[in-house]
Parts: sequence; structure tokens; C-alpha cells
Amino acid sequence: MKLIIAIIQPDKLEEVKEELYRVEVNLITVSEVLGHGRQKGVTEIYRGAKESGNLLRKVRLEIAVNENFVEPTVNAIIKGAKTGETGDGKIFILDLKECIRIRTEERGSLAIG
Amino acid sequence: MINAGDTAWVLISAALVMLMTPGLAFFYGGMVRKKNVLSVLMQCFIVLCLLSVQWVLYGYSISFAPGEGFWGGFKWFGLNGVGLEPYSDYAATIPHQAFMIFQAMFAIITPALIIGAFAERMKFSAFLIFILLWSTFVYGPVCHWVWGVGGWLRKLGALDFAGGTVVHINAGIAALATALVIGKRKNIEKNIPAPHNMSFVVLGTALLWFGWFGFNAGSALAANGLAVNAFVVTNTAAAAAGLSWAFIEWIRNGKPTIFGAASGAVAGLVAITPAAGFVSVIPAILIGILVSVFCFISVGIVKPRMGYDDALDAFGVHCIGGIWGALATGLFASKAVNSAGADGLFFGNPKQFIIQLAAVGATLIYSFVATTIIYKVIDLIMVVRVNEKEEAMGLDLTQHHERACTVLE
Repeated sequence: MKLIIAIIQPDKLEEVKEELYRVEVNLITVSEVLGHGRQKGVTEIYRGAKESGNLLRKVRLEIAVNENFVEPTVNAIIKGAKTGETGDGKIFILDLKECIRIRTEERGSLAIG
Repeated sequence: MINAGDTAWVLISAALVMLMTPGLAFFYGGMVRKKNVLSVLMQCFIVLCLLSVQWVLYGYSISFAPGEGFWGGFKWFGLNGVGLEPYSDYAATIPHQAFMIFQAMFAIITPALIIGAFAERMKFSAFLIFILLWSTFVYGPVCHWVWGVGGWLRKLGALDFAGGTVVHINAGIAALATALVIGKRKNIEKNIPAPHNMSFVVLGTALLWFGWFGFNAGSALAANGLAVNAFVVTNTAAAAAGLSWAFIEWIRNGKPTIFGAASGAVAGLVAITPAAGFVSVIPAILIGILVSVFCFISVGIVKPRMGYDDALDAFGVHCIGGIWGALATGLFASKAVNSAGADGLFFGNPKQFIIQLAAVGATLIYSFVATTIIYKVIDLIMVVRVNEKEEAMGLDLTQHHERACTVLE
């Protein structure tokens, strides 16, 4: 089992969701986060006080999948989120020790899908 | 002779109408995505600043200085000759400058209404030039035609009590023109952006409704029975339209929404605007109920099929509602309400309906064509639309370097 964490541009969320549904990945958690990588953020100015390098809005996806879904999920995220510009985001893949569905108390691979 | 009561009422009304522009800012601001809310607030606010100055310099003169056919010209430049004595062709019992500042607030909110069509994708610099040119070459002439001494629609006998043609049809059709030339927002086909703050929309609606008492009842230009009639029918039409829209949704979509009730109320206020000084309360209810039907069809059925991106429905509510209001005035107007007005079709005077049609048609054509030309000219000098990256990031950060709310302190 893997946990896939992806950071993408907020306006790419719909396209990424659509690509994920296409490969039958339906279970995702989405949150709004702030961050910047190479893109270096933006300048904000408040009554003349300049704050540079401020964080940009991003969307973070968390998707837990079984091994055979890892590549399709990664490809779907790339397909939906890639523009070729800096700021497209990143995908992290982590080993997932355990997964428990609260309703049924099922564990492991069974609980993911 | 200056009348103290009249003057007090017109000054209060001017202040009420002033409040409508910030009210509109919240009405529109709540509807956009949160990355663009400040851009809408800023656009509305800067229109208030920019056109307040433009109006006293030359805007009032081109709109209201007596007659050169196309517009009033520059003889009242810098309020030269616009003093504290009444100017009886417009209002015989209040200082001329009271009439001037009341009209200033109309000249401010009208261009601000157009913002709803091109929201979330226009450069701020281009916006400023657009507003100044539109106000000069569209609002000024149309206002002069309908309300100015020597204006040809005024001579023709067109009835527009508080601005159905001058304000709402004019701004509404300009909104459609800008929506067509600027094009759709990116990535909205699959995911139509939901309003980011519905509470702002309701707050804005309430401020608009409140301010509209100044807009319509103040247009009597006196503290008299006519002002009371306008006040009563304004409130009635807004209420009827709010109910109507909510019930239409209930029947069609299964649930009534606050967004629908608010949109209906605004549509009702739009529709009653030209009629407020000429119709009584039963026609006001009919005007209100029906405007929601027409506007609902326009924004909910026609717009999605036609595919233009009038982002916040400035055309769908203000132009459609304004056309209905102007024509309804030709149907329901009655000399029993206002002896200085005229009878409409249902009171035995079909000619008035034809005159109203002519006024509507002239405004639609002139405003649509002139707005398109203005946009294209600015687009030649500087690209009016922001680039894709700026649009994706949002106008608050890219046009103003600020954001409405912090996510982390």
C-alpha cells in the first residue's frame, strides 16, 4: 500500500479529479495549503510595506492506493496538472503501514478501495 | 424657490445612491472566486473615486448641459454656471448642485454594473481607461438623450423615471458586449465557479435595496407624494420578484436558494426603476413577479445555451430586467399616478408603448456598438485581458499585490 501526496495548482484540481476518475481512483482527500518551490511566491504590498516571497495557494491531494494503482494514479495526476511551467507541483509517494476502514473495521488492502 | 424639505430629501437620496456602489461591490464580490474578490471591490471603489471627479469636471456638463442633440457639450465644465440656485428645467425647488450630486451617483453606479460581465479577467489599467471612455462616450450621450434638456428621447416623450434605459439597459447591453469581446474565463466549462461568499452577496443585496429607495424615490426630486409612490412600488416590486425567483427555483430545481431570492430582488428593483413614478402598486407586483421569470430564463437557460460568459449576469439581470421595466412602463403607466407622465397601453394609449420600444431599441443599439468600439480601441493600445497565468493566480495578487484573507498568520 502506498500513500500518494500531490501538491498541485488550485485551478488544476478539476482536471486532475477528472483524470483520476478515469482510472477509477475515486477516494481522495483534498486540502488547501500554502507553499512555494522554485516559483518563489509572490510579492504583496500593504500600505507600502512590501512582503516578498509570500506563499502561494496550492491544493494538496492525499490518495491511499494498492500497489497496482500507484502508476495509474501518478500518471493521472501528471496528466491533469502538468503545464510545463514552474509551479506545477510535486508528487510524493510514501509506504503506507496500515489502513483501517472505521465503519467495518476492515484492515489493509481491503480497506483502501 | 428652494424648498428645505425637498433639498434635504434629495441630499439624503444622493447619499443612499452612493451606498449602492459599495453595495454592488459586495454583491458582485461575493459571487467571484476568493482569489478575485479584492479586484471586484477595487473596481467598484475606484469607479466611485474616478467618476466623482470626472462628473464635476465635465461629466455633468456633457450629460445635462442644455441641448446639442448628441450630448450637452462642455459649457458647464468644472460646474461653471451650476450653482446653488435652482435650475428649473430639472428641479425647481432644490439647488442646482443638489441635482448635480444626486445625478453623480447614478453616473457612478452605471459603469460599475458592467463589471459583472468581465469580472475575474480584465487588467486594472485597461479597466480604468475603459470606464473613463465608456462614461464619456456612452453614459454621457444616452443620459442626455433621455433626461437632458434638448435630448431627443426626452422630446419624443419616452418615460424613464429613474434610469431603466439610461442605467440598466445601457449598462446591461454594454455588459453583453464586453463579455463577448473579452471571451470566457479559463477552465469554467467543467467547473462553473461557485460564489466564494454567499453572505457577501446577501449583504450587498440588502445595501442595494436600501440605496434603491434613494435611487427611485429620490428621482421625484422632491419630498412629495410622487416620492412616496416611488418608494412604495419600489419595495413592492423587489419583494414580489424575490418571492417569484425563489418559487421558480423551488418548482424547477427542488429547493429555493438565498442566491435566487437575492437575484430576484435585484431584478425587481431594476424593473421597477423606469416605472416607479408612473405606476401604482398592483402593476408593481406584476412587474416584480414577471421580471424574475424573464431573468431566470435569461441567466439559467439562454446563457448556458449561447455560451457567452457574462460572469455575474450583469446582462441577464440588468439588461433583461431593464427592458421589461421600460416596456412595462409603456403598458402600466397612468396619469392618475403622475399627471406629468403619460398613460400606457392598458390605460388607452398604445402610442406610449411604441415610444418606449424606440427608447429601448436606440439604447440597445448605440450602447452595444459604442461599447464594442471602445473595447477594441483600448485592446489595440494595450491588451485588455490579463494573461493566462495571471488569471489562474487571481487578480488580487497579480493586479493589486494583496489578498483578501490570510490563510496562515
